[in-house]
Amino acid sequence: MPDPVISIRGLRKSYGDFEAVRGIDLEVRAGEVFAFLGPNGAGKTTTVEILEGYRKRSGGEVSVLGEDPEHADRAWREQIGIVLQSCRLDPYLTVRESLELYAGYYSAPRSVAETIELVGLAGKADARTGGLSGGQQRRLDVGMALVGDPELLFLDEPTTGFDPSARRQAWETIAGLRDLGKTVFLTTHYMDEAQRLADRVTILARGQIVAAGTPDDLGDRESLPTTISYRLDGEQLSVETTTPVADLHELTGRAVAQGLELEGLEVTRPSLEDVYLSLTGEGSTE
Amino acid sequence: MTGLALFAHQFRYDQKVFWRNPASVFFTVAFPTILLLIFATVFGGQTVDVRGGIDTTAYYVPAIITLSVISATMQSLAMSLVIAREDGRLKRGRGTPMPAWVFISGRVGNSGVVALLMLALIAAIGRVFYGVAIPWERLPQIVFILLIGAASFCCLGIALTAAIPSQDAAAPIVNALLLPLYFLSGVFIPDDQLPSGVIHFADAFPIRHFFEAFFAIYDPGNAGATIEWGNLAVVAAWGIVGLFLAIRYFRWTPRGG
Repeated sequence: MPDPVISIRGLRKSYGDFEAVRGIDLEVRAGEVFAFLGPNGAGKTTTVEILEGYRKRSGGEVSVLGEDPEHADRAWREQIGIVLQSCRLDPYLTVRESLELYAGYYSAPRSVAETIELVGLAGKADARTGGLSGGQQRRLDVGMALVGDPELLFLDEPTTGFDPSARRQAWETIAGLRDLGKTVFLTTHYMDEAQRLADRVTILARGQIVAAGTPDDLGDRESLPTTISYRLDGEQLSVETTTPVADLHELTGRAVAQGLELEGLEVTRPSLEDVYLSLTGEGSTE
Repeated sequence: MTGLALFAHQFRYDQKVFWRNPASVFFTVAFPTILLLIFATVFGGQTVDVRGGIDTTAYYVPAIITLSVISATMQSLAMSLVIAREDGRLKRGRGTPMPAWVFISGRVGNSGVVALLMLALIAAIGRVFYGVAIPWERLPQIVFILLIGAASFCCLGIALTAAIPSQDAAAPIVNALLLPLYFLSGVFIPDDQLPSGVIHFADAFPIRHFFEAFFAIYDPGNAGATIEWGNLAVVAAWGIVGLFLAIRYFRWTPRGG
């Protein structure tokens, strides 16, 4: 097996007395889309900024493309592309000029015209970025991270605050990166985003990893309790059970014997969203 | 790319951004021009009692060039760098292979070029509309003094960004520092109207010294003018202090949010 693109062992980061990251281990392999999922304040941005070389860690080992990001040089920066969580692009440059400016920073950039196509901004190439929608700006932002033709891309919460159509557009662009063979490290607090885009998902809560796996087997969903809910005499009732077949049989048996109709009877398996919420201990994602 | 090619690349885009931004063009190009026209119209034809008596317009042309240089360098850099920092653009740029010096030198180069253009513009307006002769024979010294001043005020502008916490605070902080000093240093109000205490106070800051050095070399009536090294040294010393503060305290990441 080839060396992992990113390898983290026992990563820690403290701000004063506060431990934002409390011992993380993970590996990201070449060519995969890796999602780092967690609620706000879980330590996602702290971790990704350590990987990007913006922050120094308090402890542990980190290797990104075979180097320690704290001591990264220009050659290393040639190999990575970064989309920050929030960045306002220069409103006085056009889409094409923004990409040309960034292409000039790299020794072997991708063609600007091709990059514009890739992020779906062909119709906007000569528009000033100040006039683009939020979704278009974010796609240009991804384009600016891609124009240097890096091996590894960091996307920090690329769709936070977007409306549904802008999110879909951004997702299409990100999904397209896989076809280019890029390794993508994505942070998000949206379960559906991780599910839609990622090959593997790691869930972070309060600075620690609480679950890791593919989007389908994440969090051992099969073993979590099933919910049976129904209405009786106008009252909404629900039961959580790990033996739904037996419990349902008993419930309906009694209802039939007593001649009762269980209105709105429903049996629900936990959704990925439920898994995520129970793992992160969050009442709601946003 | 070589260092020079990288600088040229960055500089080209910094120029585009500068000339397309209405605020930067207004404050560095239009505002000084308007000031010169107002001062020359209101006070024209009077005599300022300095250097043995000089026409007000001959006083205000070098005064407004002084202001233009500070505006193109210290003011423009402090404002645009804080805005770029808080927008996240400086941080984003640091994530690319571009060396930090390329980014800074592009901005400084932009300021230097704008300062030279303003020298040409204000000198030309002075000559054409108010008959203020351009001392062509001292052009090398004029450009030399201007560039020492521009470099020093660039350093001070970059250092100042460290004291500006947000985009909204940039204009008030920069203007609160510069506007009073323009008045007290004789840039807006001629020397002969200022009490000596005020001039002594202004002497503690670089604007007064830069104006003095520039005025002396630009004064068309001062045929044997030479470079006032003392004044220039004070300006350069401020610039060097600014440079060290900038190296120590300049930051690439947003302070807010």
